[in-house]
Amino acid sequence: MHGRIRTWGPGALVLLPTVLLLGYFVYGLIAWSFNTSLTNRHTARKGPADYVGFENYGHLFTEDRFLNSLKNLGVLTVAFIVGTLIFGLIWALLLEKGVPGESIFRSVFLFPMAISMIASGVVWGWLLNPSQGDDARGLNRLFAILHLNFLENPWWTGGSRWTTMMSIALPAVWQMSGYIMALFLAGFRGIPPELREAARVDGASEFKLYRHVLFPQLSPIALSALIILGHISLKLFDLIYAITGPNQFRTEVPAILMWNTLLRSDQAKAAAIAIVMLAVVAVLVIPYLALTVRHEEER
Amino acid sequence: MTAVEAQAATGKAAAAISRKPPSSRLGEGTTRRSRTIRYVLLLLFLLFVLTPVYVVLITSFKTSGDTTAASQWNLPKEWTLEPWRKAWDVLQPYMIRSLSLAIPAAIISSVIGSANGFVLARWRFPGANIVFAFILFGMFIPYQAVMLPLRTTFTELDITRGVPTLIVAHCIYGIPICTLIFRNYYATIVPNEIIESARVDGAGLIQTYARIILPISISGFVVTLIWQFTSVWNDFLFALFLTQQNNGPVTLGLAALSGGQKVDYAASMAGALITSFPTLLVYILLGRWFIGGLMAGALKG
Repeated sequence: MHGRIRTWGPGALVLLPTVLLLGYFVYGLIAWSFNTSLTNRHTARKGPADYVGFENYGHLFTEDRFLNSLKNLGVLTVAFIVGTLIFGLIWALLLEKGVPGESIFRSVFLFPMAISMIASGVVWGWLLNPSQGDDARGLNRLFAILHLNFLENPWWTGGSRWTTMMSIALPAVWQMSGYIMALFLAGFRGIPPELREAARVDGASEFKLYRHVLFPQLSPIALSALIILGHISLKLFDLIYAITGPNQFRTEVPAILMWNTLLRSDQAKAAAIAIVMLAVVAVLVIPYLALTVRHEEER
Repeated sequence: MTAVEAQAATGKAAAAISRKPPSSRLGEGTTRRSRTIRYVLLLLFLLFVLTPVYVVLITSFKTSGDTTAASQWNLPKEWTLEPWRKAWDVLQPYMIRSLSLAIPAAIISSVIGSANGFVLARWRFPGANIVFAFILFGMFIPYQAVMLPLRTTFTELDITRGVPTLIVAHCIYGIPICTLIFRNYYATIVPNEIIESARVDGAGLIQTYARIILPISISGFVVTLIWQFTSVWNDFLFALFLTQQNNGPVTLGLAALSGGQKVDYAASMAGALITSFPTLLVYILLGRWFIGGLMAGALKG
């Protein structure tokens, strides 16, 4: 026993500070937030607060504003994930066989990833200007110049929840599609060439080659992409803040609502919103982490 | 192990992407017409991605009289550096704060990540996988869930609001991704046998790390440093919750410059370019390592 501890003891010791730090700053603080969410601490006032059980959560799920933010988030997430996967996959498919200047295309498609969402939000706020007709600005003006006037629309300022949140998803898709392209591209290039050759020798058409040979190989990557995009979307904050400002009911998602609630010093409610966000992310991520760890142990 | 997984976290991921594709050798499935169509589509997508860049560039050189709706997409009538000067005057102190924050934060979390990654990949102990999952979870949480008590904790620890609080926050919450990147990196490039033989020779953990691991860690460090620098530089959430205009980083400065009722678009665009410059420079110079970090973020295949 003593010998075994001497072998693995130092390793555990190296990880100890990290475990303690994250134990406090991740798990401890989550517990603290959760604890706050069970109280009636609705003001900035310090001192003890009373426990009210899950009352704050009950209020949240009957409150129009919170339900509105959840619906917005749902629509945003669907639009963002679908858009990013489509663009990412198309770009990867177009590049996968190699074209002259491939590295230029790749670098350009990926570069928005290096930009902060606040900076891209400045530009997209300008592009998504709601003015139309003679006073059209931003993308609407570009549509007019290209004689595509029918495309002019009020973006996030008018129309249904779907058109509103799709306008918000557009810049996010612009920013993140390159990432998905890179994932799929690495996936395509990781498939052994023999697989393609074998399929071609068997007389498979190009379409069948992708449908039955290549795409099935990419499904693990597609799953990773889905989870990454899902958790990015659930946390999306900067872009909405920069494009519409934090005070728009139309584009409010829980992350923004949490900030607004905090500005009113309603700590208990802000904490409850944050815990709901965490719960949603956890539902998505924990099975994935568990799968990863089990996969590791089998090796 | 899938291909992506094996290449994760290293420059190799980028190499995999740029590897010559198989069918150029086979020459099948590519006719002249399909190649043309593909090229046209690629150029259209290129235009789509670059449209905001065009807008930023031209607008940032326009005079305040040159911003009518009709001329929005035209080149400046008269080129001026005034917006750049105005943006720089506002952003300069923020830029300095962001630099003094992103560099140490990137270095510290990379060093911790390297040590953790080594142990989790090659100096494993019982339950190491549980610890790994325990660490990784911190990468995914919405930081809103810790933000309120984090503020209280910083106040109680008496850490100065501004750059110091942000360094501490980014170091701690950067540990999971750095640990992941290094763990995958070492698991890929360091054969178990080397560690085993070092152990048989009686080398301890520190010796093994210093003699075998550290010398081959450069690519891993480049990846995590770039990744952390970029995420810290681009962070807005921690900045908003933990700092104010007088002690906040550049994202906060840009939000202030471009927010409010009367927005000076020319200056905002110049500001967006100024604040993006450091991360863009890193991306242009070290792009393939940047992709390495992205791939690591994808976790497992």
